[in-house]
Amino acid sequence: MTQAAFAAALLAPELPCPAGIRTWNGSDPGARLAVHRNNVVSSLIDAVACSFPVVQELVGEEFFRAMASVFVRQHPPRSRVLAHYGADFAEFVDGFAPARPVPYLGDVARLEMARVLAQHAADADALTAQMLGQAMSGGVDPGALQLVCHPSISVVVSDHAIVSLWAAHQGEVDLSAVDPALPESALVLRPGLDVLVLRLPPGAARFVMALQAGAGLADAAALAAGEAIDFDLSNVLALLMSHGALTSVQVPWSPWP
Amino acid sequence: MNHVLDPSQHKQPEPKVSILSTWPALRAETVLPVVPKVGAGAGLPARSGVGLKPEHFRDVLEARPDIGFFEVHAENYMVDGGPFHHFLGRIREHYPLSLHGVGLSIGAECPIDEAHLDRLDALIRRYQPASFSEHLAWSSHGEVFFNDLLPVPYDRATLNRVCDHVDRVQERLQRQMLIENPSTYLEFEASTMNEAAFLTEVIHRTGCGLLLDVNNVHVSCVNHGRDALAYIGSLPLDTVGEIHLAGFATDHDAAGAPLLIDSHGSPVDEAVWGLYAAVLARTGPMPTLLERDNDVPGLAALLAEAQRAEDLMRVPAEPTRRGLDRGRS
Repeated sequence: MTQAAFAAALLAPELPCPAGIRTWNGSDPGARLAVHRNNVVSSLIDAVACSFPVVQELVGEEFFRAMASVFVRQHPPRSRVLAHYGADFAEFVDGFAPARPVPYLGDVARLEMARVLAQHAADADALTAQMLGQAMSGGVDPGALQLVCHPSISVVVSDHAIVSLWAAHQGEVDLSAVDPALPESALVLRPGLDVLVLRLPPGAARFVMALQAGAGLADAAALAAGEAIDFDLSNVLALLMSHGALTSVQVPWSPWP
Repeated sequence: MNHVLDPSQHKQPEPKVSILSTWPALRAETVLPVVPKVGAGAGLPARSGVGLKPEHFRDVLEARPDIGFFEVHAENYMVDGGPFHHFLGRIREHYPLSLHGVGLSIGAECPIDEAHLDRLDALIRRYQPASFSEHLAWSSHGEVFFNDLLPVPYDRATLNRVCDHVDRVQERLQRQMLIENPSTYLEFEASTMNEAAFLTEVIHRTGCGLLLDVNNVHVSCVNHGRDALAYIGSLPLDTVGEIHLAGFATDHDAAGAPLLIDSHGSPVDEAVWGLYAAVLARTGPMPTLLERDNDVPGLAALLAEAQRAEDLMRVPAEPTRRGLDRGRS
């Protein structure tokens, strides 16, 4: 018996029990191998279920576990650290035909994965208004300043009301009042110990993504205004700063001092 | 059926969730090595401990239960930041720590994963655990991690490989590790020695210690029709650095014989408590962990089981019996 044969049999229940396995009482070794087959698949389904509780509530436990059992066999973990297992679950859900009647399921999975990533992301101190003020008055073009986002930040853009749906499953919003067809964008971050999910106002998602890509303040604001005519820079900056979403200001390097 | 490894790394410690939370942004933690007030490197105290679960973080810090140590799964803390490090750092200031790996795959055919060893080394430097332990098992093959502790044949080739891997781990981490006897469900035709002889050889050749999981002894002995007391008696008990106790689930094999599953999802069985008392009679008080990874109850229930273990440790061993057993082993 090689570990390759054993490993292959673990994820493929249709394969016979590998050769070279015996049992003390002569019973069929397949029934005992089944313990490991079940350990692998059910523990990985549990891991997925822990990361995607709202997806599970949306489709029910039975459907969810059946869907996850297909996922874990097709996408077993490639890391010994399971913290980020399920990073490709949303994409899998998008393509999972039986889930098609719930068109927002994949995006809710994206939101929940962003929460998992935020939970374990690096810690960083928040940018204070004083630090920002100092940078603005430092004699450089304020529009060229680069605002650095917290390491835990993700933006999830959706054609569906993913923030409201998620919030309804936290008991914060009445689910019957949610219209899933309204587009919403989420900002997910963990400025302290707790993961926050914020609904972003129009243009703000584009703005934060531009900051993450290293754009200066003026360029990021222009991109956001191009997408949403009512983009309100000061309002969005205040929202981001009040939640610790920004950590520092970088003055771009210039050849002319 | 149940499973061995816990999904708790995905759990939030009592999450406070809100859309537009008014919860103030806390100052993020600077990542500095924890300066423990207790128990760095000198081995775990001969008391009972429990597994540290995210859902108990706040309870532990508030109640500060009188317990010998906490144990964590190393892999759950191989993340950049966030509440896991925040709470483990604080709890470590008050309790000795046992770092228990579940992903090193010491029994694998492939070499030890050096990147994983680096991650372990960083955790050990940061938290200075009193003990580091891993399993006689494999869990990865190629790129795939199976999240299960898989069995190895007990033959010369495997023995040499496991010894090489333990040597490498101890060399890289610059400390002794403990190796845990497994729960097994299958045996291999290739095996040429029994499990106790295999473990004894690994321990003698590498200088590692034994993490004696008494539940695994019971599970494996029932699953393979062996005598648990004889198995325990043939282990090098003088090398035990920690004991594990846990609960199992009961199933049956294709012939209807009992097949016990190492589930960590229920209280310790009376049969395991009995074996534990027999071990203590030979070893004296030992650092003893109550393992619970599934259907985790409140902290109080875990502490009650830990207290039972501690009570058993304080029962004076009957001198003649203990002397006899020592002489025999």
